[in-house]
Amino acid sequence: MAFKFSAILAIGAVAFLAACEPETPDADANAGNGGATTVDTSTLQYFQQTVGDRVFFQTDSSRLTGVGQQTLQRQAQWLNQNQAVNAVIEGHADERGTREYNLALGARRAEAARAYLVSLGVAAGRLRTISYGKERPEALCSAENCWSQNRRSVTVLAGAPTS
Amino acid sequence: MIRRLFLAMTATLMVAATGMIASAQTNDDGALQITVAGGDFRPIPIAAPAFLSVGGEAATLAQQIREVAVNDLIGSGLFSVAPPESYIEAITDFDSEPRYADWQAINVDGLVTAITNVEPDGRILVKFRLFDSFGEGQITGLQFFADPADWRRIGHKIADAVYAQMTGEGPYFDSQIVYVHESGPKGNRVKRLAVMDQDGANNRFLTGGGELVLTPRFSPNDQEILYISYARGQPQIYLYNLATQQREVLGNFPGMSFAPRFSPDGRQVVMSLAQDGNTDIYVMELATRRLRRLTTSPAIETAPSYSPDGSQIVFESDRGGGQQIYVMSALGGPATRISFGNGRYGTPVWSPRGDLIAFTKSTGGQFAVGVMRTDGSDERVLDASFLSEGPTWSPNGRVVSFFRESAGVNGAASVWSVDITGRNLKRMKTAGAGSDPSWSPLLP
Repeated sequence: MAFKFSAILAIGAVAFLAACEPETPDADANAGNGGATTVDTSTLQYFQQTVGDRVFFQTDSSRLTGVGQQTLQRQAQWLNQNQAVNAVIEGHADERGTREYNLALGARRAEAARAYLVSLGVAAGRLRTISYGKERPEALCSAENCWSQNRRSVTVLAGAPTS
Repeated sequence: MIRRLFLAMTATLMVAATGMIASAQTNDDGALQITVAGGDFRPIPIAAPAFLSVGGEAATLAQQIREVAVNDLIGSGLFSVAPPESYIEAITDFDSEPRYADWQAINVDGLVTAITNVEPDGRILVKFRLFDSFGEGQITGLQFFADPADWRRIGHKIADAVYAQMTGEGPYFDSQIVYVHESGPKGNRVKRLAVMDQDGANNRFLTGGGELVLTPRFSPNDQEILYISYARGQPQIYLYNLATQQREVLGNFPGMSFAPRFSPDGRQVVMSLAQDGNTDIYVMELATRRLRRLTTSPAIETAPSYSPDGSQIVFESDRGGGQQIYVMSALGGPATRISFGNGRYGTPVWSPRGDLIAFTKSTGGQFAVGVMRTDGSDERVLDASFLSEGPTWSPNGRVVSFFRESAGVNGAASVWSVDITGRNLKRMKTAGAGSDPSWSPLLP
């Protein structure tokens, strides 16, 4: 389900996509030579799994790491190719902070991601932020290997095809 | 929802009415002004014989009201109630003076008597007296009228009178707690606002589970609750009226609004707003909804709480590099850092007595709830665990309630209380898992 055979969009097709803003991946499938198995890059799944929908932060920090910047660069590229899709950037914190401070920290993290995406050419009007503080942990154990997954910003797409 | 009817509840001294009991209101010889501090504290022994009643209908009620009062007093950790089997005199007439020698013989400092009557209109009338067994006189006598549904409040009012007279502290048993009821898995908690009596009775829910709600706070008049809801996406401050059960968004801001608290006069709400990722403190005048900004630093400024006289605000900020507690004028301006211990400090809450600030501190992998003087000195940790957070004060500034959350995938939240001396740490009764408690002022 994750990788459907339809559109064939290699890396080289990026410029073309950005130019013509395809909104219907199925139409582009006709442009490919149906036989090859390749990936529809415009899907939610592609964004989440291949581009990477989240970046992680150090404890009590909203500074983007090198890896985080690389992920956001891929997100910016994707968002610039898929102009019809807006996004909400969620900011999250681990459980090792007080509730209100973590709401503020989550807001900072979401803003750090948003500002970086805007600096890479994504229109500010397409991006909203929301902080969940420590209310929605992704990993549930009470140890650093879980907390490191919860100190995150997640770029949640609105309007991307789900398959 | 808090019955204003209780305003009609009379609290008149009965000394003149009965005429036969000495009019001593307070005992100035020091015997009853017990200083409740120090390491060798012993609960104050009192006796509470079965409450009398007029008619069978009132008998059960009398017993239940006594139970509420006795549980409050014992639960405070400051009183012990001698077992009724040990009583020598049988109290059968509410208007007769007790045989003090009989109560001195069993070493109780106070004797509580009461009589319950159900009026023709259905209302409950309870009269009660507190005697000083060694001082040989009545300390206080009160009578209460109440709607039958409010019978528990009579028990709390009696306990409050005994507590206040015998400890010299203000009353706090006739009060409520609003908290966040929690259910569901850790990664997707269902949170609902719930309000209950201080002793866990009369729990009721104010919101359904469909929206994430956080950090409720009582207004100074017991009638309104501020809280955070994700109902409209962005977390926003809501104002809920207990009487009308109506709620409204308190200001429609582009970013998140959170960390609200009432000013002591109830006319303003201090809060945090996040704009472009930066959180600062603002104050809103409720009548006009006019907003004024109090802090402007690029750091996080949140968790504001007024001093009881309304002149100052204590808050947390990471402007110095880490989360610490500061005090500033209620008008804004320069702030003074007051927390200097090891670790991070947050969630400051000014005591209603004005003398202490309760806080959450994290250090060495643990979270602790404690109190410090308003200049940051004399820091005392009251409870430390994997997560102890979010203190709130009892109306008399004597007890701190907070919540804990246990570690791990199955971690759960629970509400606790502790005396400011650090004694009498205990879990409070809630309808399931609970967090973010906020204690109401004393009910009218």
